[in-house]
Amino acid sequence: MSTAPPFVQFDNVSYGLPGAARPIISDLNLEIFRGETLVLLGESGCGKTTTLRLVNRMLLPTAGRVLVEGKPTSAWDAIALRRSMGYVIQEAGLFPHFNVERNIALVPTLEGWTRARVRERVREMLALVGLDPQTFGARFPRELSGGQRQRVGVARALAADPHLLLMDEPFGALDPLTRAALQNEFAQLRARLEKTVIFVTHDVREALRLATRIALMREGRIVLLATPEEFMRTAEPLARAYLETLRLDDNAPPPAAKQVG
Amino acid sequence: MNLFEFIKGNWREVLTATGEHLFLVLVSIAVAIIIGIPLGILVARRAAWKRATLGVAGVLQTVPSLALFGLLIPLPLFGGIGARTAIIALVLYALLPLIRNTVTGLEGVDKNVREAAVAMGMRERQILWQVELPLALNVILAGVRVATVVSVGVATIAAAIGAGGLGAYIFRGLRQNDNTLVLAGALPAALLALLADWLLGLLESRLDANVKRRGETTSDERGRAWRRVGFVATALLLAAAALVVWRGAATQPTPGADGRTHAPIRVGSKDFTESIILAEMLAQELEARGATVERRYELGGNLCHDALLGAQIDAYPEYTGTSFTAILKHQPLSDARAVYETVKRDYAGRFKVDVSAPLGFSNDFAILVRGSDARSLNLRTISDAASHAPGWRAGFGQDFMSRADGYQGFTRAYQLQFAARPREMDLSLTYRALAAREVDIIAGNSTDGLIAALDLVQLEDDRHYFPPYEAVFLTRRDALERPSALAAALQRLAGLITTDEMRLLNYEVDGKKRAIPDVVREWRRNEGL
Repeated sequence: MSTAPPFVQFDNVSYGLPGAARPIISDLNLEIFRGETLVLLGESGCGKTTTLRLVNRMLLPTAGRVLVEGKPTSAWDAIALRRSMGYVIQEAGLFPHFNVERNIALVPTLEGWTRARVRERVREMLALVGLDPQTFGARFPRELSGGQRQRVGVARALAADPHLLLMDEPFGALDPLTRAALQNEFAQLRARLEKTVIFVTHDVREALRLATRIALMREGRIVLLATPEEFMRTAEPLARAYLETLRLDDNAPPPAAKQVG
Repeated sequence: MNLFEFIKGNWREVLTATGEHLFLVLVSIAVAIIIGIPLGILVARRAAWKRATLGVAGVLQTVPSLALFGLLIPLPLFGGIGARTAIIALVLYALLPLIRNTVTGLEGVDKNVREAAVAMGMRERQILWQVELPLALNVILAGVRVATVVSVGVATIAAAIGAGGLGAYIFRGLRQNDNTLVLAGALPAALLALLADWLLGLLESRLDANVKRRGETTSDERGRAWRRVGFVATALLLAAAALVVWRGAATQPTPGADGRTHAPIRVGSKDFTESIILAEMLAQELEARGATVERRYELGGNLCHDALLGAQIDAYPEYTGTSFTAILKHQPLSDARAVYETVKRDYAGRFKVDVSAPLGFSNDFAILVRGSDARSLNLRTISDAASHAPGWRAGFGQDFMSRADGYQGFTRAYQLQFAARPREMDLSLTYRALAAREVDIIAGNSTDGLIAALDLVQLEDDRHYFPPYEAVFLTRRDALERPSALAAALQRLAGLITTDEMRLLNYEVDGKKRAIPDVVREWRRNEGL
């Protein structure tokens, strides 16, 4: 693929809770390169969120190493590592007692930016995700729609200009129309900003729409690592089962610009 | 006298009592907050500690308040009588709601929000102060509110250990069967509780971070300004209350005219009328001799004894029989001379406490029947009554039922059989029950003013079962040795009061509801003191 060193690398990584019958992650090997969007696809409990949390050291592997920019996460200062990455989760995880401006300003403020620079950055970010700073800056999260909250979540993740974005089913709780709109906007945004993204979803259509590569997971292992095109043609049974759901869904148009099997 | 007239006539005293009450509550809540909230934060994330801590706090809260005060009194550092012990007990009661609500509030913070905070690279301390505590604040404040309201109630019990407050009225009212007095304590206490509940409720809704809407304030700045106003107003209110109380409570020893500091003589009393009258006699005699007196009356149970040994009071009135059986744990003895000598010798040796000369009367257990029965059945002694007992109902106070020289030995000595097991009730109610023909025989006190007032007759203890209860003053040696008016005052009061006189004085207070200081002043005039 690329001759450049991977930005994030999983090196024989396992993760399990003591006393559990089966580890949550087993012998995971995965390389994620600059500028790509790697989608972790799988059912609930397959270990995709755990994989994401191993990247920003919210979890440490019980075996093997996770390297970020060539350095094991165990050697990183957890706080510095996390502040160098953006993080977006379902329902956005916005602070209900902070207004939109303060939510977006969180990491820059923690990093000690000047007030003027923080304010400027917040305006920029709101404009970037398509929200009018005048209208939305002073609002509190519960005064926003689901889609607006998620946009603020993305703006917050991007505020300190991280290179890597970790996204855990960020559009999972939205209605289908809003979700499609946000997916498209996000795809454009990503192309413009040249970020590296690790994206967790159980929605195969979302995976096909956003991914440069898809890692299909089952029971803590990667069963298929493929580009969307390869994914459409694979004989791997779980991938076939996912594609089957697309065909059964009458209302669904075929994935953009792809020819099914 | 109705409640309104009472408060009008005594507003200064009611205000002081309310201030003392407020002081107890505010100090103990402040201490409980300083201990409870950090403890709650500490244990919120440690399941094992949490269970243990909440368990201990829960058990503490189930201990009845009077019992908790009783348990604290003998402890060396926390114990004794007065405000300090009361505050410690109140703090222990306030801990559970504070710890529990802190834990509940922190656990109630949205998991997603906490996760986001960690993932954004916030440090634990930042998460706690900027995210978790603000979001848990309304639940924690609800805990403060519950703890405060409970404390206002429990603080009324503090009067039993000499901490003052509104409970003093309630206890006095119950003792004297005077509902006006009970209300004078209960009503301000209830108002305080309502006020605290309302103020803290207001604060709670002001500060609730979870329901913030832009619509309520036009900008974030404005919201912050409001919060600041709320904090400042609350702080000012608390400070003002504390100041009022502090000034009200400041009865510190004042330097004498010659520049030397005269330590006041602290006179204690038990929590019944006669003991307070006797203490007041000593206090007024001391004041007549130019001494400064600090009155620490109405101490419950055996508190006076503990307070005397703990040097928290210098003197208090006692009965030789009580010292003999309850304190020295001797078997009851009916020889008054022997009892007095033994008590004097043992107290000097064991406690370094001096027993004064007898005051002149005894307050023995008095077996009482209605005057009409005594006359129609020709009853003079307890033995005369024994044959009628199987048809009688008896009513005795809790004290008489439980003590070594009480019910059990009494029925054995006279081989008494009653129609039913005696009704156990409050001592002051037994008199009324006897007069109302609900019981036929009771054990009262021989100096009780109600004996004459209700036409009751005391039966003679012809088998000399009851030990003598001669009234004396107990004084700590070192207090006597200080140059003061104490020794002279005690000498002056020796042998001065007859049983009939004591009955009369008791009746002036309990029967006619007159104030003790007035009754004592009048007695001093009549005695030519």
